[in-house]
Amino acid sequence: MPFNFTVSPDFAPDHMSGWFYFNTWLQRNLGTDIHLELFDSFDAQRDAIKAGQVDLIYANPYDASMLVRELGFKAVARPAGKKDEAVIVVPANSQAEAVEDLEAGVRLATTDDPDVHTIGMIMLEPADLDASNISQKDYDTYILVAKALLRGEADVGFFLKQGFDELSDLIKKQMRVLVSSQISVVHHALLVGPQMQDCMAELKALVTQMHKDEKGIGVLESMGIKEFESMSTEQTEFMIDLIDTLTI
Amino acid sequence: MSEKDTGSVSEVLIKYFGGDERLAKIVDEEVPYPDGKLIVSRTDPKGIITHVNQAFVDMSAYTREELVGANHNILRHPDMPAVAFKGLWDTVENGEKWQGYVKNLRKDGKYYWVKATVIPNIRQGKLVGYTSVRRKPSRSKIRESEALYETLQ
Repeated sequence: MPFNFTVSPDFAPDHMSGWFYFNTWLQRNLGTDIHLELFDSFDAQRDAIKAGQVDLIYANPYDASMLVRELGFKAVARPAGKKDEAVIVVPANSQAEAVEDLEAGVRLATTDDPDVHTIGMIMLEPADLDASNISQKDYDTYILVAKALLRGEADVGFFLKQGFDELSDLIKKQMRVLVSSQISVVHHALLVGPQMQDCMAELKALVTQMHKDEKGIGVLESMGIKEFESMSTEQTEFMIDLIDTLTI
Repeated sequence: MSEKDTGSVSEVLIKYFGGDERLAKIVDEEVPYPDGKLIVSRTDPKGIITHVNQAFVDMSAYTREELVGANHNILRHPDMPAVAFKGLWDTVENGEKWQGYVKNLRKDGKYYWVKATVIPNIRQGKLVGYTSVRRKPSRSKIRESEALYETLQ
């Protein structure tokens, strides 16, 4: 039976092929069969995780808590220098100059990306806004969040900072960033499940060295990652503790 | 900056739980919480600071070296009632998360308000310390907290 690998559904569409290249590279170098399964939504992916159908995952930090503390996954590596930050964006002609200018009843466009949504909601708190006094609509992609803002269907939108930065200049100049998070310690992580932990040391050595290998460099570029750096158990626990403080 | 700030400067003797005390300069001037940032620190089980992030250093006006190894109560503002911290410690020592609004004292005597969350750090079933994360509070919550804490002094 091959191991099962999956990737947090919030990867940029341009990098989808990169994750298939990574899986091929991994199978060759580890000498084992690995099946890559990508999911359209976080819920579908969580169902597969809970059904025991995932052995290796490039996980969203929000899901890392469940994977590590409830399901026995262990962190192998994290993408160097790649932090998960969120931005709150309004249409360029919005009256709001700061988050505190937003009022109850504001229409929010967001995605099901759990860490971006959590960080975004925290950044609305200074305006006394929470789930009880805003009108929220979920969209599948950041492009659709941008469209909702530009069509006047939403007053404010949450974006992964990188997702916003990657929008075209034409779209970006019709919007304005109200606030940008600067958290620095929340990031995705490559986690290995209990069935695959015999390979963990070899896997860690491979991925943390792949930026020194010509083929590895190409694979990393196709995923939008400079290099993987080792992630210790304590670094993982610290990130999970921090996320725990953000979810109450 | 709060509309009520007077900018007055005074010296106040702060008495800590356990008998320690120190004379602190108090300046009635608020430093605004920076947008989008989280202030993060960790302590050992006795409340001694083991880790601070850059936002903590910037807002506290202490250096990282001054903070690490110090008791977390170095931030305690005399306007904060002791009972608020008792509630914090009773909660986290019971293994639960605590959340509340706190007026913190900077090294230069000025103050800043935070919405703080403290959680116990459990490793292999053992308490190894606490993580505290602060975020920007709303002005209405600050006003409510000021009114409440005045009654608890």
